[in-house]
Amino acid sequence: MTPDPVGRPVAEPATGGTVTLPQGRGRRDVQWKRWAQRYGALAALVALFVFNAIDTPFFLTRQSLLFVLLRQAAPIAIVAVGMAIVIGTAGIDLSVGSVMAIAGQVGASLVLGGHPFLLAILAALSVSALCGLFNGTLVARFGVQPIIATLILFIAGRGIAQLITAGELQPLANPDFQWIGLARPFGVPAQVIIAVVVAVVAWLVMRLTVYGRQVIAVGGNETASRLAGLPAARVKLLAYLISALLAGLVGLITVSATFASDANNTGVGMELDAIAAVAVAGTPLTGGKVTIWGAVVGAVMLKLLQNTLIVHGITKEVAQMIEGVVIIAALWLQRHEA
Amino acid sequence: MTTSVTTPGGTSSGRRVYVGLLLQRQGALIALVVLVLFGVFRYGERFATGYNLSSLTGDTAKYGLVALGMTFVIMTGGIDLSVGSVAALGGVVAIKVSEHGLLAGLLAGTAAGAAVGVLNGFLITRLRLQPFIVTLATLLAIRGLALNLAQTRAAVAAPGGFQKLGSWSVLGLPVAAWAMLIAFLIGAAVVRYTRWGRRVLAIGGNVDAAKLMGLPVARTAFSVYVLSGALAGCAGVFLASQNGSVDTAAGQGWELSAIAAVVVGGTLLTGGVGSVLSTLVGVLLLQLIFNLIVFENGKHVITISSYWESVIRGAFLLVVVLLQVRLVKRGGTTGSATGRTA
Repeated sequence: MTPDPVGRPVAEPATGGTVTLPQGRGRRDVQWKRWAQRYGALAALVALFVFNAIDTPFFLTRQSLLFVLLRQAAPIAIVAVGMAIVIGTAGIDLSVGSVMAIAGQVGASLVLGGHPFLLAILAALSVSALCGLFNGTLVARFGVQPIIATLILFIAGRGIAQLITAGELQPLANPDFQWIGLARPFGVPAQVIIAVVVAVVAWLVMRLTVYGRQVIAVGGNETASRLAGLPAARVKLLAYLISALLAGLVGLITVSATFASDANNTGVGMELDAIAAVAVAGTPLTGGKVTIWGAVVGAVMLKLLQNTLIVHGITKEVAQMIEGVVIIAALWLQRHEA
Repeated sequence: MTTSVTTPGGTSSGRRVYVGLLLQRQGALIALVVLVLFGVFRYGERFATGYNLSSLTGDTAKYGLVALGMTFVIMTGGIDLSVGSVAALGGVVAIKVSEHGLLAGLLAGTAAGAAVGVLNGFLITRLRLQPFIVTLATLLAIRGLALNLAQTRAAVAAPGGFQKLGSWSVLGLPVAAWAMLIAFLIGAAVVRYTRWGRRVLAIGGNVDAAKLMGLPVARTAFSVYVLSGALAGCAGVFLASQNGSVDTAAGQGWELSAIAAVVVGGTLLTGGVGSVLSTLVGVLLLQLIFNLIVFENGKHVITISSYWESVIRGAFLLVVVLLQVRLVKRGGTTGSATGRTA
């Protein structure tokens, strides 16, 4: 699908499995573009990595790789995995940042109220699931446009999170509860391990289960998939549920790692980071395609890009501008779909 | 003002549809009137006159301008997420030239905004990239640019003429509010009476049909993004002039409140249907909710935390959206309510 001038997808005749490639030079061109689309983000990540390995002192140390780069990228990667699934259904989830704040607040206030930490985590995740159900119901059952449906919780959710403690910060000091943000089993930060587990499970689900195929079918052509008997509404509902659950998990990680639950700041801007990670890896926002590893690579690549620029004395603001240019360049590469 | 809504005929519940349609078209206006009356009766003169009226409308002006541009973009079926950052850029640029007075600031800020609009429009209509991601990327990049120009500090305006918009009133209303009103009236007239306005709606309604009819689709879509950028830049100048400074967080989240105001006003995100004046009502309504909370707290009977503001805004958006979806489904006025994201 190619977007029309105002950006909405225009249906093109389905080419199915057998794409007739143009001959000669044109053919090489198409193949190059395909390659750039599929591996562009990964190539950029590798290039940045090599550049840093040569140029940045102490980059190739365990401390720098695990505890700076991957530790920072892990929360974005986890949220981006959920976002990739939602985007696969031709949706979008703007509410992830607010859900993070709500989950953090619920978890922190229960732990501070003297409840067992497992209960606090379960309660926080249940509340996140409720948020996902809310989004999913609006989109799947009422047919509200995803951007508006999740905008509601984006706006209201932060208010709800702030109301839990009237905007006050909740300092945390509970090692059990904060395990997911602070622990380092086998010398690896827990959040990195969680991110890897989430990505592997999501990848397997998308690749091997019926649900994975359903997401792609529904995102590719919802009407056709419904007519073919797929439970389109349930597939979409579940996608928003997964996204919210992962956002809630990251909310808990964030408040644990920062030793405080701050409803005003937890997860602010996360929706943009996650969408950028998915988009930079070449997943079209029009749905029908899910690349879990792409989302993870995109998240790590953008984080490494940021860190590289900052290490080289470029201010955060200029780094942000370059990030915008990189996202547009990635989008431009994607445009050439064969 | 509302256009292109074909009255759904031939349904058995025609009367209910009619009432529903009225609610969809004028629901925001009805709610606004009800809330204003509530405020007048509960808080008396202090609410409806003088200082409160002028500060409420003056504050609203900048949000109104942003939402006006957003209305046109959404009418074409697009979206512009960059407006908040563009407003920050416009404000910072205006402050850079603030010693030359307000007019220079307005021109510079608006031009800076329009330049970003040109960039957005080029990427979206020429390179055919998705508006959602393009404007997401410019949201990041332009905020970086604005912060860079301001050296990551709050930019402070030169004293004197530039800050006139903060205090200057005509006929009891701030000039900023008059400017917003006039902009909306012009916008409504443009949609209703000009060729360009009809094209905007035609493209949003059915881009293929518009193309087949020979309408300049790309050029019209391009101009819509330029307009949105220019209005956002201008809004940033208003902010700078009224506050005397632009801080590093200026304009954050404006894009989403503008979209909320447009949707509350009854413009469908699928494009092709929209009303400029209803957006004004939507903007006023969302601002009024905050104003009423302030007054309620002033009475010291019950205290409502200001955090309720966003919850109430969200709830309001929810009600409006559900109402719209019901109507669209029943009336079948547009093809599908389950639009794509971009």
